[in-house]
Amino acid sequence: MEEKNVYQPYLMRIAAIIDETPDVKTFRLEFINEEEGKNFKFAAGQFGEYSVFGEGESTFCIASSPTREGYIECTFRKVGRVTKALASREIGDTVGFRGPYGNTFPIDQWKGKSLLFVTGGIALPPLRCVIWNALDLRDNFKDVTIVYGARSVNDLVYKHELEEWGKRGDVKLITTVDPGGETKDWKGEIGFVPTVLEKAAPSSANTIALLCGPPIMIKLTMPVLTKLGFSPDNIFTTLENRMKCGIGKCGRCNVGKYFVCKDGPVFTFAQVNQLPPEY
Amino acid sequence: MQDKIRQKARELLSSGAVKVVIGYGEGTGSRVRALFIQRPEDADRLIMDERCVQNLAVYLTKHEVRAIGKPAIVAKMPVIRSINQLAYEEQFNEGDIAVIGISDSDELVDLPDLTSVREYAAKNPLLLTAEERAELDKLETMTREERWNYWLEELSNCIKCYACRASCPMCYCPRCTVEVNQPQWISVPAHEIGNVEWHIMRAMHLAGRCVNCGECTRACPVKIPLRLLNQRIIADIAVNFGQSEDYALAAFNPNDKEDFIR
Amino acid sequence: MIDKKLLQKGSLDELVKKLKSGGTRVFAPVEKGGKVLFDEVDSAAAMARDYVQTTLSAKDVILPRCEEMMRFTTGQGTVTMEKAPDLPPPAVVLGVRPCDARSIAVVNAVYLKDYNDALYKSKIDNTTIVGISCAKCDEYCFCTSVNGSPGDTEGSDILLTEVDGGNYLAEIVTEKGKALAAMAPELFTAAGSEDKAKHLADVKVQFDLKAVEKKLPGVFDGEVWITQSLRCIGCGTCSYVCPACTCFDIQDETDGNRGVRLRCWDSCGFGQFTLHTSGHNPREVQSQRWRQRIMHKFSYQPDQLQVTGCVGCGRCSRACPVDMNILQHIKDIEAQ
Repeated sequence: MEEKNVYQPYLMRIAAIIDETPDVKTFRLEFINEEEGKNFKFAAGQFGEYSVFGEGESTFCIASSPTREGYIECTFRKVGRVTKALASREIGDTVGFRGPYGNTFPIDQWKGKSLLFVTGGIALPPLRCVIWNALDLRDNFKDVTIVYGARSVNDLVYKHELEEWGKRGDVKLITTVDPGGETKDWKGEIGFVPTVLEKAAPSSANTIALLCGPPIMIKLTMPVLTKLGFSPDNIFTTLENRMKCGIGKCGRCNVGKYFVCKDGPVFTFAQVNQLPPEY
Repeated sequence: MQDKIRQKARELLSSGAVKVVIGYGEGTGSRVRALFIQRPEDADRLIMDERCVQNLAVYLTKHEVRAIGKPAIVAKMPVIRSINQLAYEEQFNEGDIAVIGISDSDELVDLPDLTSVREYAAKNPLLLTAEERAELDKLETMTREERWNYWLEELSNCIKCYACRASCPMCYCPRCTVEVNQPQWISVPAHEIGNVEWHIMRAMHLAGRCVNCGECTRACPVKIPLRLLNQRIIADIAVNFGQSEDYALAAFNPNDKEDFIR
Repeated sequence: MIDKKLLQKGSLDELVKKLKSGGTRVFAPVEKGGKVLFDEVDSAAAMARDYVQTTLSAKDVILPRCEEMMRFTTGQGTVTMEKAPDLPPPAVVLGVRPCDARSIAVVNAVYLKDYNDALYKSKIDNTTIVGISCAKCDEYCFCTSVNGSPGDTEGSDILLTEVDGGNYLAEIVTEKGKALAAMAPELFTAAGSEDKAKHLADVKVQFDLKAVEKKLPGVFDGEVWITQSLRCIGCGTCSYVCPACTCFDIQDETDGNRGVRLRCWDSCGFGQFTLHTSGHNPREVQSQRWRQRIMHKFSYQPDQLQVTGCVGCGRCSRACPVDMNILQHIKDIEAQ
């Protein structure tokens, strides 16, 4: 009896490559098997295991919105064996994708609420799927505010989309770079994300916050969000840990009793505060 | 000897000269296990007898142990040789460790500093015993194919647990060659080629450094006679480069034989 | 409904030969250079006799230390998946201890929950377990402390207990066991009034499992992990000899343009297990990794999968190069 091999990736064609920064790329992937593509469904927050056959697999969130069918997108930084191999792929090449794995942002429960996205650097991709998901269903939400920063202008990802979001009348976008990271024609803020957030002081009334970033940014931003009136169960994040199988079997991504790949990667800070610091 | 060690440990800990004494204690059943004595009143847990053979020098490069503070280490001859080699490789400096030396004739040896350790090791060079030579000769008289099959058979039991590496005082690399994946120099899984690559690579990386303590073979859960690989290299180095304290793979001499270039 | 039969002294060998002639692979404990390991056998005569426990478990049969997940060839930007290798022939593992048989429930809980691991399932479905009860134990055994016992039938398809005269009481536990017995029904005769209990080792309960489970979350931040793990050298021996350890690594290997994706054993004891590519390591020091082993088996798995991840076989403690005795460590924790 032949059961489907859960470890068998979908074969994907690289349809587009965007160089976000010198070491960050975005891939748009289409299913080589159109039937698989038609049947493929995912929700914001989920991730996949992306293969370069012969090199291995790497874990990235699905950075595109589930409202856009026919393709998925991922954004990654060139840091190790697999990401270096991925970075050398060309349009038309075949890579693998296993997914969608993990839990999801409960977007349906956020109808009628305002959304505040706070993120930095390469932590924007996991939230980008939610941003586009929300913007594609704009009427479901009240205010949409995005606070996004990076070390320098060069390190900002999705530069074209930032422009797009900035031009939309229905999004409040605040971008910032670290002091010294600005270019001569930089029109955004200059300062660290927590400082800029405090200055912007968005309302916490009936608002869900999504916070994603390096540990230091989280550490400094949490007090600001608390000051603004957000409670930990209204602040969502997505954790990452070393993964291999992505489906709760290889045993390595656990934070305490929870597997980031199965019980996460989406957690509220109320949940995160209960977890041991094993991520 | 046991009492002398306990006395020395008590003194070193009470005076604050060291923060921990690494020695041997009673384990499960008749086993012996490594002990980390931090209080003088616990010194009586230290034992010394013919069962005490684990090479404790492996703990001298562990940051969990170093974090406790300056250690004293109970050191029989193989451990003394390991300490000497580690000092040669600059894994610690003068004053970093205290050595409670024990000679092959079961006498306490005063080794107040690393220079004295080096001198003592030089006076007691690493020599293979007659039994060990006999074991090597048995392999040497096999044909090349017989010997290859012998090792394939032994290594087929290898599960890549890396107990050999973990128990070896000389394997202190923070990132072992097998853990490097850019490029993946040698295979990770426990298949035939992966096992052969691993053991050959490790034996080569130990050439000139191995002190023949046998810990790798004792640690191996499936009792592969790994020691034979290292002993072969020890014997070859003695023949080709002479008995010397210099690190054979890094000490070059214009007079070195070049028979291997054909 | 367990069916009790008698397998006469010489019948075990006949059974093995019958199975082999039908193309079934038979694995049993054999003596290999001073250790007892599971290997393929042609007859029961090859089986090791006088031992308490094997060094490696029979895990290799259902969870190989290295197995192929898929094969592929790569071209200029293209990838072609190749046909999966054929399933191996059915297997009978003969001579597992009741503790080992119980470990299958742990492996099933990990591999068959939610996503069905077909690589594993195809093997376990095709494997019949013929256990042998324990007449002896040693100081490393603690099956009775983790809800097992030397004559436990759980996990065995047939459980043999050596009774008087060198015969075996054969308890046919499952449908698979019935199917196996049906291959040679003449070998399984009517059981008499064999007293199983008098042929079993006396394994004293050494700790209160429920109490330990309750205690563990509270000692997560305790010093006990540091003191217990000082001598741990961070190898993978405990994980690899353990029948209930299931963690694995995935490695791609290539030869020119042909490649294979392999699954192989991995251990939470290794420093690299949780190392991020960035260099960040959530479990940086050995005490955290030792804690993970204990918490995973005695706290997380019971909580999340309703199984205790340890069957008390004692292999880890026997094989550990530095005498990390898990039974002693659990008792220490109970006493915290």
